[in-house]
Amino acid sequence: MTLLQVRDLVKHYQSGGLFRPSGPPVRAVDGVSFELAPAETLALVGESGCGKSSVGRTILRLQEPTSGTAVFEGVDLFALDRPALRRTRRRMQIIFQDPYSSLNPRMTVGSAVAEGIEIHRLARGAEVGRRVTALLEEVGLDPGYAARYPHEFSGGQRQRIGIARALAVEPAFIVCDEPVSALDVSVQAQVLNLLADLQRDRGLSYLFIAHDLAVVRQLAHRIAVMYLGRIVEQGTADAVLRRPRHPYTVALLSAVPEPDPGRRRTRIVLTGDVPSPSAPPPGCPFHPRCWHPRRDERCSRERPLLRPVGGTSAACHYAEDTPLPEGVGEAGGTSTASIP
Amino acid sequence: MSRVLEVENLRVSFPAEGGHRVHAVDGVSFTLDRGEMLALVGESGCGKSLTSLALLRLVPGPGRIDPGGAIRLGDIDVLHLEGEPLRRIRGKRIGMIFQDPMTSLNPVFTVGDQISEGVRAHLPVSKREARDRALHLLQEVGIPDPVARLDAYPHQLSGGMRQRVMIAIALSAEPEILVADEPTTALDVTVQAQILEVLDRLRASHGMAVLLITHDLGIVAGRADRVAVMYAGQIVEEAPTPALFARPSHPYTQGLFASVPRLHGPVERLKPIGGSVPPPSAWPSGCRFRPRCPKAFDKCGAMPPLLPLEPAHRMRCWLAETERS
Repeated sequence: MTLLQVRDLVKHYQSGGLFRPSGPPVRAVDGVSFELAPAETLALVGESGCGKSSVGRTILRLQEPTSGTAVFEGVDLFALDRPALRRTRRRMQIIFQDPYSSLNPRMTVGSAVAEGIEIHRLARGAEVGRRVTALLEEVGLDPGYAARYPHEFSGGQRQRIGIARALAVEPAFIVCDEPVSALDVSVQAQVLNLLADLQRDRGLSYLFIAHDLAVVRQLAHRIAVMYLGRIVEQGTADAVLRRPRHPYTVALLSAVPEPDPGRRRTRIVLTGDVPSPSAPPPGCPFHPRCWHPRRDERCSRERPLLRPVGGTSAACHYAEDTPLPEGVGEAGGTSTASIP
Repeated sequence: MSRVLEVENLRVSFPAEGGHRVHAVDGVSFTLDRGEMLALVGESGCGKSLTSLALLRLVPGPGRIDPGGAIRLGDIDVLHLEGEPLRRIRGKRIGMIFQDPMTSLNPVFTVGDQISEGVRAHLPVSKREARDRALHLLQEVGIPDPVARLDAYPHQLSGGMRQRVMIAIALSAEPEILVADEPTTALDVTVQAQILEVLDRLRASHGMAVLLITHDLGIVAGRADRVAVMYAGQIVEEAPTPALFARPSHPYTQGLFASVPRLHGPVERLKPIGGSVPPPSAWPSGCRFRPRCPKAFDKCGAMPPLLPLEPAHRMRCWLAETERS
């Protein structure tokens, strides 16, 4: 069963502006396809500028897509007019990295959470207040906080408020855009646990946008790795983390700093920076930084398509032969350091 | 090993309601040897960044460093310097890099100008020599095509490249100590790996001591020689890195370790520390971690000193008295 089906999603931004002639468009999202089942978490992983946030925002039509389709609960999202879109948004919500910037500083927490309930006429009168109380309790906040303002809360509490606000309209699907990256580790763990509980209790689907693979591993059922606007590897979380086939995924995994000095690990340090999305390299977009021993002129000429290799799908001509360095993926074995 | 820095009983306070002062950094002491990397680890508000700013006497007002402490560089106490002698310490003896290089770089000057300025502020060289040295520094921090980059402006560089430029500026006067405050927090993991490698290389080749301020236990592992964990303005545990990771002992340190998601081993529900870090005005009496501590007992009403577990492994917890090996 599919809740959301995205096909060939493209989002280009026109560059240039007041003082500059317009150049080639920035190809932020350049043909992304995936499906999401009810109660499933798909993690969209990649580094800054890879287009992962644009995917989430375009699906919710916070930004208009350039082309492609997105079908959610049988409805073609990109064909909806404004009133229909507003009705559909009750079922799709988003939480952001910085909840403070998405909360109105002059609105109490209670009214911020109640807003969606009122707009969508989900309850009336005293029932609204009862729902707000229940929501605040569900996300682990004291319902007595309803009369307070956002600035009175810590980052972790604000993220809980953002989550309560998203839940208020009873969505089936939530885009989580780097929801824990601004939080301290101890608070980050609280919010990750909360997101897991809510998924279990409410059957929510998440599009979990993040750059940290260790964080992603806590929640994701499947992982899609993006590079320069495209998915370069996709599969179950277990398969992608255990036996990645794309050399970029391998490099990302090898670079995650782990608090475990006992683990021997070969770090693949990529050279150079991510190329500009307005002028992606020809052939495989990763080839200028690729460390794969079989990289050759075919890589600079012919763009590899996503195809099944081993347990995942990878866009690499030589995915069958991608080496796994010591300590990365399944070659990692078990940890030796004692964790209390 | 020769000692390059000795910090003793550092306290930084801010005015609070009722004419009181709250101590955001409260009695921090540590040392740094030549070529050594000490990591100061903790969550937001623990006082780690204020500690690093205090080393250069850059505590923002109305905060102030309280009397009674010392920051010794050889036989100089930084706390007793003013004016020109203080300015000569900044950059020349202690260099500093921050999390966000864009706010520390001047957008209207080229990279070459900004590095040369640092060189000429501390070394008696001509403009020409300063530029040659700037070029050399760009090579040293691993910037590709350094000749062209000398004439680039900060906005033309990526985040990773800007952080390299900041490191080059910090190195321009060949300081003995580099304070790196969350140097890779704003960078992508693959770029983070590159920058950390640059720091490791410079430490090895120049014998530079590094004070690494971070929230990330992952980048400390396998890199820092020693770790000091901070909570609520105090060091609560300190040890050589292998000892701390093999046997995190303070309940707060243990809570931090249990909160970190990992790439290996079974996926288990994280065990967060309950509650959140209170602001300095709400720190409890006695042990400051007591209200959140699963192991708190009667004695915790009194503030524990740093107690030894092993000769080089100490923690600010009464349990050290029974857990001592």
